[in-house]
Amino acid sequence: MNIDEIKSKLNPKLIEEIESYLPKGTSADKAKKVYEEVLEEYQEAKVSPGECVGIITAESIGERGTQMTLNTFHLAGVAEMNVTMGLPRMIEILDGRKTIETPMMEIYLNEPYKSGKNIRELAMQIKETRLGEIVKEFVIDLAENSVAFTIDDEKAKILGITPSAIMKAVEKGTKISVKNSGRQYVVPVAGKDAGVNEVYKLKELLRNIFVGGIKNITQVLPIKRGEEYLIITAGTNLKSVMESEAVDKQRTISNDIYEVYSVLGIEAARAAIINEMYKVIEGQGLNIDDRHIMLVADMMTVDGSIKGITRYGIIGEKSSVLARASFETPIKHLINAALVGEKDPLNSVVENVMINQIIPVGTGLPKIVMKQPEEKK
Amino acid sequence: MTEIYVNFKYAGETDNAKGIVENFIEQRRKSTISSNINIHYDEDLDRIFIDSSRGRVRRPLIVVKEGKSTLTEKHAQMLQKNEMTWGDLVNQGIVEYLDAAEEENAFVAFYEKDLAKEHTHLEISPISMLGIVASLVPYGDYGPGARMCIGSKNQKHAAGFYAANYATRFDMDVNLLHEPQVPIVQTSMYDVIEYDKHPAGQNVVVALMSYKGYNIEDAIIINRGSLDRGLLRSTYFRPESTEEIRYSGGLMDEVGIPDKEIKGYRAEKDYKFLEDDGMVFPEAKVIESDVVIGKTSPPRFLSSMDEYNLGQNIRRESSTAIKHGEGGVVDFVLITESEEGNKLVQVKIRDQRIPEIGDKFTPRHYQKGVVGLVVPQSDMPFTASGLTPDLITSPHGLPSRMTVSYLLEMIAGKVGAMDGKYINGTIFESDPEEALRQDLARIGFRENGTEIMYNGETGEKYTARIFVGNMFYLRLKHMVANKLHSRARGPIQLLTRQPTEGRAKEGGLRLGEMEKDAFVANGAALLLKERFDSDKTIVPVCEKCGSMGFYNEYKKIMVCPVCGEDSEMSNVEMAYAFKLILDELKSLGINPKINLEDRY
Repeated sequence: MNIDEIKSKLNPKLIEEIESYLPKGTSADKAKKVYEEVLEEYQEAKVSPGECVGIITAESIGERGTQMTLNTFHLAGVAEMNVTMGLPRMIEILDGRKTIETPMMEIYLNEPYKSGKNIRELAMQIKETRLGEIVKEFVIDLAENSVAFTIDDEKAKILGITPSAIMKAVEKGTKISVKNSGRQYVVPVAGKDAGVNEVYKLKELLRNIFVGGIKNITQVLPIKRGEEYLIITAGTNLKSVMESEAVDKQRTISNDIYEVYSVLGIEAARAAIINEMYKVIEGQGLNIDDRHIMLVADMMTVDGSIKGITRYGIIGEKSSVLARASFETPIKHLINAALVGEKDPLNSVVENVMINQIIPVGTGLPKIVMKQPEEKK
Repeated sequence: MTEIYVNFKYAGETDNAKGIVENFIEQRRKSTISSNINIHYDEDLDRIFIDSSRGRVRRPLIVVKEGKSTLTEKHAQMLQKNEMTWGDLVNQGIVEYLDAAEEENAFVAFYEKDLAKEHTHLEISPISMLGIVASLVPYGDYGPGARMCIGSKNQKHAAGFYAANYATRFDMDVNLLHEPQVPIVQTSMYDVIEYDKHPAGQNVVVALMSYKGYNIEDAIIINRGSLDRGLLRSTYFRPESTEEIRYSGGLMDEVGIPDKEIKGYRAEKDYKFLEDDGMVFPEAKVIESDVVIGKTSPPRFLSSMDEYNLGQNIRRESSTAIKHGEGGVVDFVLITESEEGNKLVQVKIRDQRIPEIGDKFTPRHYQKGVVGLVVPQSDMPFTASGLTPDLITSPHGLPSRMTVSYLLEMIAGKVGAMDGKYINGTIFESDPEEALRQDLARIGFRENGTEIMYNGETGEKYTARIFVGNMFYLRLKHMVANKLHSRARGPIQLLTRQPTEGRAKEGGLRLGEMEKDAFVANGAALLLKERFDSDKTIVPVCEKCGSMGFYNEYKKIMVCPVCGEDSEMSNVEMAYAFKLILDELKSLGINPKINLEDRY
């Protein structure tokens, strides 16, 4: 085998890596020896045909999972936010849930924020702000049937919220025109015979009006990781955050896989599944080979959309009627199959176990093919 | 204003909460208010709760006034002379019962010597905080509380002397310990419950050491010599019974030796122990499938006329036989009447159980273990004085469980055995370890309880000194003889044609879903198929329409129920459970078809 032949059998990225490790001026002979060695190792590491990677993955994750349920613990008193961890988080990821329990983002920053300058202010600007948070006080005028409020200028300034923006937001949120006299804003209640109740309702409505920051981001926490500063948030809005100039778009990530999928695409979602799973496993002090997790992530994203490992997700996609029926809701699957006259080719493991035939994996895979000797005439 | 609630219902208010509570308690101690009522003042809520509802857990405490116990030496003397009763103490307000709520207001002293002015009550004995079984653990304060809780469960499973009239009783599934003993190390609870009248264990000599790995994982080694001398032997009793039931039409069951002609007649040898009255004779040694009570029943379906006309010999066999895997000696045969006035026959079977590998034993400290090996006395390690232990337990069970009480009982037991006295191991009031050690030294042992021992097989001296002592061991009712089970071939279920489940039905051991996964993961496809072959069947399948047919044995021809006799059919091997599910699908209105192809 010459060197090009060997190289054609290896991953280009691997070749690149080998090249970078080879000292300058290595002779072609020596380089070839290295490549040969690498190829041999590579072939060893390959999975053999008929190996049940799926079941081995399931067992590898499932067995570790049993240990996980027992050691769920909470970090008490640590200045981090409450995060779903352990088995609940794992189930969340694998089920491909659209809404997760604790959405979070890690916002990496560009200079100068990266080195910690003005990071608190930036964090405050990212956090979604409701009117109630920047208002000094609400005054209810029952005679005029109106609510007046004064803005805390200092707070508004830090958050970069201008009076006109407040006016706009309030008018949009209440659909009532607002009178502005200096620092005081007056909102009259719509309708002439509005009672006390309506005034109070208006006040509550005003309190909740979104005036600035990025929507859905309910908490921000600037932290220092290694040499650089970054912002951890509770609640996610990847798209809006990435629009900001201060944000490092390459590394900023959300733990909401569906959001990653809709903003960055399916490959990013696959990577997100792997990373999030890895975080859970690592957080529990377990050891599961990455390739098992990658296989799961591949299965979940293979058709371009995220499919959970549920009866609605990838199990519903199985081709075999019997395999689907053996998982959950058998009658539904059987009747639907009967309605369209579905055919089960018995290609996979579960079906063949059910009817007690040889399963097409492992030793059941190889078949002897013989050429029939021609009959002599 | 303080709100007052009676049995959690609002009853009124007061300005003088403390005064009301004090007055209430005083009246109760004077017996003007029933001693069954408790009062509790919650300062945080500023509410008074008076409770007389049923189901409260209450416990007695000695009343303390101004730092002095109201129970005096005088009372004690009167109690001893029977001039006073417990009821008098309660009525006089010397002892009062507190429930959990009122206890919140009380300040209870543990010992009399601790009494201070603030105390309101005094503990009668520290042991009163425990239940009966937990208080049986000697030196209980020298171990984790959790161990004591779990350990109490074990003690309840001990074989003992459960009833003095056991010989005439027909209890289901009971064990009786031969020659039970009173423990050397006791707690005060042993006197209270009169444990010496119904003991449940024996004092054995225990060595704490490893023995060739046969006592790993809490296993214990037993000395065969001790077993032959009757150590921890027990008898297992189980009754079999049957009733002569009356049926409509004047027909009834009949106890007697069944005729050979009846339906369901067993093998003749199964009836060999029956006497003329159809019952076994006492002291017969029976094994499984031996009939102990012969009985016949009238035919099941009287309405079918042809069977009715055949005459008398159509009765059914309905004898009671020894179940699979059981056996023993017939102890007692009882003929009596049931509640309905029918003849009732009960046969009690007794089975002597000598401890064997797999039987379960425990001391009183939750250190349960299973016999791992029975060693001839000649091979047991022996001490310098030639003594061989009855039991060897592993020291590895101790550090992680922290049952120091176990070690203390061994020392205490040794002292008690040598001095011929009982040792008090009551929790918080036990004989001190220091004194026990001094006693050991006085008797002539090493004061830490260890002894030099020699290998029983080679006679070599062990380098380590072995901790030896006397312990009270209990035999637990979980015995291998009741659990051992295996099967190669055997009965199958009618519906699925798969092996039955459970020991009683001589069932198979299931190779379950997860075990199946292990076969698949290993790629052992052919082995997996073979393992799941227990219900394999051969079904003729129609090549034309794909439906399952049958074989007409008479015409020697395969028949398709759709296409008829002349269709082309092939035999297909499949799991019977699969054939069954296809049939069930048909009942759902789904017609499954099997398309046949050549495999190669």
